[in-house]
Amino acid sequence: MQHKVIDLKDVVIRFAGDSGDGMQLTGSLFADMSAIYGNGLATFPDFPAEIRAPHGTVSGVSGFQVHIGTEGVETPGDFCDLLVAMNPAALKSNAKWCKPTAMILVDGDAFDEKGMQRAGFTTDDPFAELRVEDRALIVAPITTLTQESLKDSGLDTKTVLKCKNMFTLGMACFIYSRPLEYIYQYLEKKFAKKHPELIEPNKKVLNDGFNYAANIQAIPNTYTIAPSKNRKPGTYRNITGNQATAWGLLAASEKSGLPLFCGSYPITPATAILEELAIHKSLGAKTLQAEDEIAGICTAIGASYAGNLAVTTTSGPGLSLKTEALGLAVMAELPLVVVDVQRGGPSTGLPTKTEQSDLNQALYGRNGECPMPVIAAHSPSNCFDAAFNAAKIALEHMTPVMLLSEGFLGNGSEPWRIPSMSDYPEIKPPFVTGVLAEGEKFKPFERDPETLVRRWAIPGQKSFEHRVGGLEKTHEGVLSTDPANHELMVNERAEKVARIAKDIPSLQVLRGPSSGNLLVVGWGGTYGHLLGAVEEVGDSVSYVHFDYINPLPANTEEVFVRFKKILVCELNSGQFAGYLRACLPQFSYTKYNKVQGQPFLVSELVEAIKKAI
Amino acid sequence: MATLTFKDFKSDQEVRWCPGCGDHAVLAALQRALPKVSQALGYEKERYVVVSGIGCSSRLPYYMDTYGFHSIHGRATAVSTGIKVANPTLTVWQACGDGDALAIGGNHFIHAIRRNIDINIILFNNQIYGLTKGQYSPTSKFGAITKTSPYGTVEHPFNPGSLVLGAKGTFFARSLDVELKLNEEIMTAAALHDGCSVMEMLTNCVIFNDGAHMSISDPETRADRTIVLRQGEKMIFGKNSDKGLVFDGQKIKVVTVGEDGYTMDDILVHDAHTDYIGLHMALADMKGPDYPVALGVIRDVKDITYDDGVRDQVRDVMRKSKIHSVDELLHSGSTWEVK
Repeated sequence: MQHKVIDLKDVVIRFAGDSGDGMQLTGSLFADMSAIYGNGLATFPDFPAEIRAPHGTVSGVSGFQVHIGTEGVETPGDFCDLLVAMNPAALKSNAKWCKPTAMILVDGDAFDEKGMQRAGFTTDDPFAELRVEDRALIVAPITTLTQESLKDSGLDTKTVLKCKNMFTLGMACFIYSRPLEYIYQYLEKKFAKKHPELIEPNKKVLNDGFNYAANIQAIPNTYTIAPSKNRKPGTYRNITGNQATAWGLLAASEKSGLPLFCGSYPITPATAILEELAIHKSLGAKTLQAEDEIAGICTAIGASYAGNLAVTTTSGPGLSLKTEALGLAVMAELPLVVVDVQRGGPSTGLPTKTEQSDLNQALYGRNGECPMPVIAAHSPSNCFDAAFNAAKIALEHMTPVMLLSEGFLGNGSEPWRIPSMSDYPEIKPPFVTGVLAEGEKFKPFERDPETLVRRWAIPGQKSFEHRVGGLEKTHEGVLSTDPANHELMVNERAEKVARIAKDIPSLQVLRGPSSGNLLVVGWGGTYGHLLGAVEEVGDSVSYVHFDYINPLPANTEEVFVRFKKILVCELNSGQFAGYLRACLPQFSYTKYNKVQGQPFLVSELVEAIKKAI
Repeated sequence: MATLTFKDFKSDQEVRWCPGCGDHAVLAALQRALPKVSQALGYEKERYVVVSGIGCSSRLPYYMDTYGFHSIHGRATAVSTGIKVANPTLTVWQACGDGDALAIGGNHFIHAIRRNIDINIILFNNQIYGLTKGQYSPTSKFGAITKTSPYGTVEHPFNPGSLVLGAKGTFFARSLDVELKLNEEIMTAAALHDGCSVMEMLTNCVIFNDGAHMSISDPETRADRTIVLRQGEKMIFGKNSDKGLVFDGQKIKVVTVGEDGYTMDDILVHDAHTDYIGLHMALADMKGPDYPVALGVIRDVKDITYDDGVRDQVRDVMRKSKIHSVDELLHSGSTWEVK
């Protein structure tokens, strides 16, 4: 049989294995290598909540999907072209994601009686049982070959077996014509200090995997995915959403001249933001790993009062705990960025899975009349701008701001054209200046007539001594239970948030005609999928995506009125649709929802949009 | 710097505690102590931040003409922590109650102590929830009859001193609301202490728990039922200053000088600065009828503080790191060019 090299526009690969098999690393390496090669890409880690669930069971399967392509990669892809399954359980839980034309690569050694039993197979033909026997199957004795490859390495059995993922990665590199140099460099860097003895064995296994794939008959064709030609020139890097969020906050710290303070408690899937900020003390960032979620936000509120750019990061259950303190920040009118990397809820819910179901909590989850700006990131790299903008609004409007991210964004990654900080605006908080005259008192809640923003006096500034707190106060900062004063302050706090609409970009129709039959509406991390779906459906539908949720862009009504039908798509039971109904009740909204802890599939969106036309 | 007086720390707000409430005296002591602190350390008035939680005593920031933050129930310690870490040049004072700091805010309280963050916590302990009108608190005596324990509580109280020392606190002092002079001394010592200072003020709630501390605060019996500990001085107490504390095997024992062969030489000398926490714990634990209640600075030891640690680490990493701007950060690690 003639070996063919086939040029593909894009390809989706899903690496799956036991949660200890190193599939996240394998997937990320493949992604990073492809990014440097010049491909567009998007990744989606899909891992279990357990760190090490029982070996070989379906609940312990960890997956990492990477979509690489020449142009227009907006999502990690619905279904895969290659499934790598390191054991029967990985095959079982991931076979459903295989395209009809997919190739399935498994470690044949893991498919022994015990492995099959653990995965819950009832027959001895797993492929037939899962109805994927017609796919291109590559059953390679990966464990044996890895052991064989390293038999003279002097490494113990456990360490040898840990190198299996490199063998697999080597095979994948052959199939998709990826050069190995990047991985060599990675291994050299990773092990240089602590385990230099592991560099050569890992390289060897990687190389042997590559050669093995080249030699076997089961892989008749290999593929190339050409680098993108339409990329804007510049320096690129790969970035995850959580990393981008952390960096966007650091950027806001630099542009405002205020040190960054992050008070947080570890929680999946938000922890990586705290971890990332903890690294960057060289930029003046202070991180405090608090004793609980409440202390996370309360230390941040204290830091804000003391004049820092204050941040707390969390996920849904943590946000619930922070609720009372959010009200305090609203009442004290202090700047604060609250990042919620949403996961499946309610309660502990699906910690490692993605969802958009905290929107109502973000908008309404506080006692009293307690409005807070809410903004949402729409892609991993967009988390940078979203975090920057959240901080800018917080600091310039003296208010806590909720930034909604999602597990899908936080853990997902994509190539990012590195911006220059000179392209970002300065951030100018409304600081008081000078010294007050003898006898003159600072009025902490006196407002700018245009924006209704109060001024910010930082402890340490002479003559501006004042008290803030959770009790209702007058403009002068004096406690008051006067009915008229309370209503005035409630209205002013709400109007202050509403007027932020003047400072946010207007809503743009991203695809399709500016008026017509159907407007598809999305927000947050569904951006890539919706864009893909709308493009597939074609010119008959239009698409808008909300980055700013409270307040809504000022022209929202103007855009909506131009369409006959509005279809709101989101990963919850219809929270944004409900919010739009409350804000703009004159329109009727249809909904398309999914609450499975998984992102949309482009294919299901296409179907839903066609149905709505 | 102009010399500050207690008037400089009085705000124009009307003090709204009940007449006879012990909080008045603690406020007065603080307003008198801070000018002394300022003189000793050269602190300007704008450098003080007074933080509180929720409860009667937590109204205190409104009565101080300083920067102030009246936060939410139990969270004062977390807010104080954030203020101090964000800006270590500020000097942070905190007013909180027994319910506020030890029940709803217990977690923040012990962790601030564990971290040894340089804040000064005045713990107003009246053994009752006053602002919610008379429910038992975590320091109410076993069996206390209150609105929520009409048949008496069936739970043991915390001894705040034991809690602080158990968390390896570096500074703990205790006093009575009425001991104005001693309280000024304690507050000044707390301000001079670099680290988390906890001052337990046994305050009287005239409305819901009147006389809770009467057994030790009664002027008639106070001298016999309390002992004021002072650094380097003998542990002597009693109306006639003839009682003292000695070590008897494993335990502290109360003796009368001149009786049973005990002389002044046998009496223990108070050393708040010793690292050894055992004796401090024993002193903090003392209660009637067998022992006098210890007042004064029981423990005051040096240790690294959290805020210094954070600041030093930031400086250290700044010096060593190659990344000094966000532009440099963005270009760090793996990048590639598209032409």
